[in-house]
Amino acid sequence: MKRRDFLKGCLIGGAAASLGAPSKSWAVGSFEGYPDAMGVLVDTTRCIGCRSCEAACNKEQKLPEPDVPFDDTSVFKEKRRTTEKAYTVVNRYEANDGQKPPYRKMQCMHCNEPGCLTSCFVNAYTKTKEGAVIYNGNVCVGCKTCMVACPFNIPAYSYSSAFDPLVKKCIFCYHTRLKFGKPPACVEICPQEALTFGLRSDLIKLGHERIRQTPDRYVDHIYGEKEMGGTSWLYLSRVPADQIGLDTTIGNEPVISNVKDFLGMVPMVLTIWPALFSGIHLLATRNKDHGDDHHNHSEQEGDKK
Amino acid sequence: MKKLITSGAITVDSIHKSSGRKWTIMEKLFLGLTLPQYIGQALRNPLNWIFAIIFAVGIPIILGRFFFGLSWVSHSSNDYPWGLFLAFGLFGMVPLSSSGFLLGSACEVFGRHDLEPIERLGLLNGLLGYFFAVVFLLIDLGQPWRLPFPMVVSFGPAAVLFLVAWHVSTYLSVQIAEVSTSFFEWIGFPIGVRAIRKITLGLAISGIILSTLHQGALGALFTYAPGKVHPLWYSSSYQWIHFFVSSIPGGLCMVITVSTIASKTMSWRFDKRFKDSLDRITISLAKGASMGLATYLVIKLMSIAHDNKWAYLATGYGQWYLVEIMIGVIMPMCLFAYAIHHNKVAIIRFSALLVVIGIFLNRLNTALITFNWKLSEREIPHWREVAICVTVYAIYIVVYRFILYRLPIFYQWKTQEEFALAYVPETEITNLGNFEPALAYATETEANAFRNTETVTS
Repeated sequence: MKRRDFLKGCLIGGAAASLGAPSKSWAVGSFEGYPDAMGVLVDTTRCIGCRSCEAACNKEQKLPEPDVPFDDTSVFKEKRRTTEKAYTVVNRYEANDGQKPPYRKMQCMHCNEPGCLTSCFVNAYTKTKEGAVIYNGNVCVGCKTCMVACPFNIPAYSYSSAFDPLVKKCIFCYHTRLKFGKPPACVEICPQEALTFGLRSDLIKLGHERIRQTPDRYVDHIYGEKEMGGTSWLYLSRVPADQIGLDTTIGNEPVISNVKDFLGMVPMVLTIWPALFSGIHLLATRNKDHGDDHHNHSEQEGDKK
Repeated sequence: MKKLITSGAITVDSIHKSSGRKWTIMEKLFLGLTLPQYIGQALRNPLNWIFAIIFAVGIPIILGRFFFGLSWVSHSSNDYPWGLFLAFGLFGMVPLSSSGFLLGSACEVFGRHDLEPIERLGLLNGLLGYFFAVVFLLIDLGQPWRLPFPMVVSFGPAAVLFLVAWHVSTYLSVQIAEVSTSFFEWIGFPIGVRAIRKITLGLAISGIILSTLHQGALGALFTYAPGKVHPLWYSSSYQWIHFFVSSIPGGLCMVITVSTIASKTMSWRFDKRFKDSLDRITISLAKGASMGLATYLVIKLMSIAHDNKWAYLATGYGQWYLVEIMIGVIMPMCLFAYAIHHNKVAIIRFSALLVVIGIFLNRLNTALITFNWKLSEREIPHWREVAICVTVYAIYIVVYRFILYRLPIFYQWKTQEEFALAYVPETEITNLGNFEPALAYATETEANAFRNTETVTS
């Protein structure tokens, strides 16, 4: 009986192992991004806070009417974030040096190794070869882990919808524009050419070139070049990135690196535990007559005492 | 509830009707009551009136959540996607439900048969805890009807949550199988009992595997948000170990707490074996919990040392952290040490409650209270959110009590095998030829047990 139980233990363990085994093979190392990935370089020194990008996004993505019209600058009184009604927002920040206050457009950064994608248990997110991180609402269960996993706090959720709540975020105008090689609506409309659309690799060169040519105008750093494993949207700024609301403490490792410790341990547990605990069972019960001791028999308790 | 009771009462009665001798014992049992008697005692219990009020308010709100959307009941927001439901229900409930695998493995794998009287309570506590964690999850999910999607429609195997989904669902079935022994005994289905007993070891071991992984995985979920969880509650290398290890004292102390509450409120349900061994078992569990707590404390400190986060202890969050560690770990450890040494069971029970609160607080802190510590806005739960949590917990308690009143959790089922031997015709016994040794053995012990109880009752 013991042996049979042992084999059963191994079998069940093995079955469990086959469930969890794929985890590790997917937790692969640093991915530098697709070679042909597009991106946008945001030069915050050029942004005047006209909010036309917000308006263009609203129109392109067929979002509901905004609460405040797009030409109203009173919205700058507070810091806004992306919501289910606005995939991109512009915020105004304080200038410490007496110069004009800097503005920054905020939207999905389209990471090379997106946290939302790696955290999604139904694979609703895809990083396309064009660089966009798109979302498939047809499989989304609504666990909202992607929102927890996004280091930039971008995905929003339509909490008000009872029957079809979905994650709402910038998708780089993938279906209507990017797929056909066209720049997203916000880039096209920008009157200041603060947004530059192009191959991500070219944009990094362009950004460094601008810094080199006018070093007084910029902090020598392209935010998004390395942050979180690199993002498709890149930022140039006159002030340090944390002064325009960009988190500089997030580091250069993509989200998945933090999770790898755990994922790497999974196959080990699945492999070692069944054998280990079956072994312990055999040792612990080796002097007993009945391998399959029935619980709830008071006599055994007596034996033990 | 009445409906359930009448149906339950009928099944139990049908077993005992044929055994005239049992009537005296069964008269005392809850289900020996007649229907008016039963309703009478239910109405006399003030707790039921409190539950009635809670349900009257809470159940319409729960239904409303599915018709008016999450924003109607919850202050979960784009910045706080996991509100009270998950923090309270899922993250708080699961570590306290590790008792199933802990007692299952102690009794079946490690051969600790001295803990057997409480094993079933541990298993049941685990099952219900997980089940209601899933209930909370269903309330929180945006589209709960898609819960099976990660199993059948679309796979995201690199995600920790994928692992949680698979393991929790697999583990729920394992726990249902484990608890079903009691149910089979209760409805009088000995074949089922024997079948489950044969795979008990396999179930126990798969329980250990699945629990290690999903208890850990719940912690690992927070490694997706390294910048959002406060550094004192976060550790990329230790997070899953913290969650797993703290679930060990959490589960054990939850069993102590539940058995304490039960001994105050339903001691009539205990049999002599359980009553006599409860103090001894409580001490054994406290020993286990102390070891778990000691390990937990060490790895907690190690993770702070590992990332050199000592400076945070001087902040407000640091003090809150120390409060949590004090209530949940250090104080109970000292109390346990004193109480185990001096055999003071009452102190053990009190500090077990502290551990339960402490572990719960830890999950609440990680998932909600210190989450997004860099943001200035704190999430304050909506009153409906609180109402739903209270209601689901009330349902949890009602179901828990319902099962404890009936199934042989606190007492041993005495009738069935003896009954089978006494009343099954000769032909059927020969059919059971394969099980004869086991049956003979069982009969002997059952007879002893029965004799014991008879002397007690007389």
